[in-house]
Amino acid sequence: MPKLKSLEDLQRVREAAKQEMAARSQADARIIVAMGTCGIAAGAREVMRAILDELAASNIRATVETTGCVGMCAKEPLVDVELTGKSRVTYANVKPDMVPRIIDQHVRRGEPVWEWATGRPAAFQ
Amino acid sequence: MLELSLHILDAVRNAVDAGATAVDVQIDEDPSADTLTIRVADNGRGMSQEMAANVTNPFVTTRKTRHVGLGLPLFAEAARRCDGDLKVDSRPGQGTCITATFRQSHIDRAPLGDMPAVIMAALLSDRPIDVRYRHKVGSREFEFDSAEVRRELGDVPLSHPLVREWMRKALEEGERGLRPEEASGARPKQH
Repeated sequence: MPKLKSLEDLQRVREAAKQEMAARSQADARIIVAMGTCGIAAGAREVMRAILDELAASNIRATVETTGCVGMCAKEPLVDVELTGKSRVTYANVKPDMVPRIIDQHVRRGEPVWEWATGRPAAFQ
Repeated sequence: MLELSLHILDAVRNAVDAGATAVDVQIDEDPSADTLTIRVADNGRGMSQEMAANVTNPFVTTRKTRHVGLGLPLFAEAARRCDGDLKVDSRPGQGTCITATFRQSHIDRAPLGDMPAVIMAALLSDRPIDVRYRHKVGSREFEFDSAEVRRELGDVPLSHPLVREWMRKALEEGERGLRPEEASGARPKQH
């Protein structure tokens, strides 16, 4: 990849990531964005961008994943947040401007934003 | 779809759902021929010739959630209304290649849009897939190959937040380099 002049940069990133992985055993959270045709058409890519922007500006270590259609197309964009060791919460009709609150309140402080969730599990842990 | 890149994301998602481990995304913008060609080729499970011939029909789908599939029909329609076409080449067990052509200057052609975010969405896929991305604009070319990044990283996963940010920056920089007249602060050209 000669076009990537930043290969040396990547080696630095690799070393930093290795150190960070040695210090922490697992990520704080897992965030999943649905990206079937329905999600894409409803703006899931912009929501994913907003999530990446928000995480880049914070010190939260969360993995971000994209998945396919989960069958609730009318509620797209759908975003799942799963804090390590806790139940998964699904947010519906997510817009990029909702992302900072979800990241701050749920991912950072551990309090799901229930008013935007698609349902509340009987026993949220 | 408001951008052609969203059709590409959709096609890449199909590749992931077809069990592909690698996908090759190529965009070729040729101003002298006034064409824009998009090619998405994967090594997934592929499909029969009969299915490939009918897959741009919205009522033909393999999905289980319902009986319509709109991804490829929308992509094909976008190409056809710009004097172009969409071809699906596939063989069971070998993979699928989708080629969409557009007349670049056609008034109905949607802008290409945010390709870095599309490649990121593919790289962050729940089922890991390697993405080789090539984008040509006239004589300029940008290439990004996640397999190469992975080799360089060793045990560090592509999904690591630090790697993720590095890839985003590399993709954004690479795309900007294809249109230096816009990056230099000149008025952005609207399609």
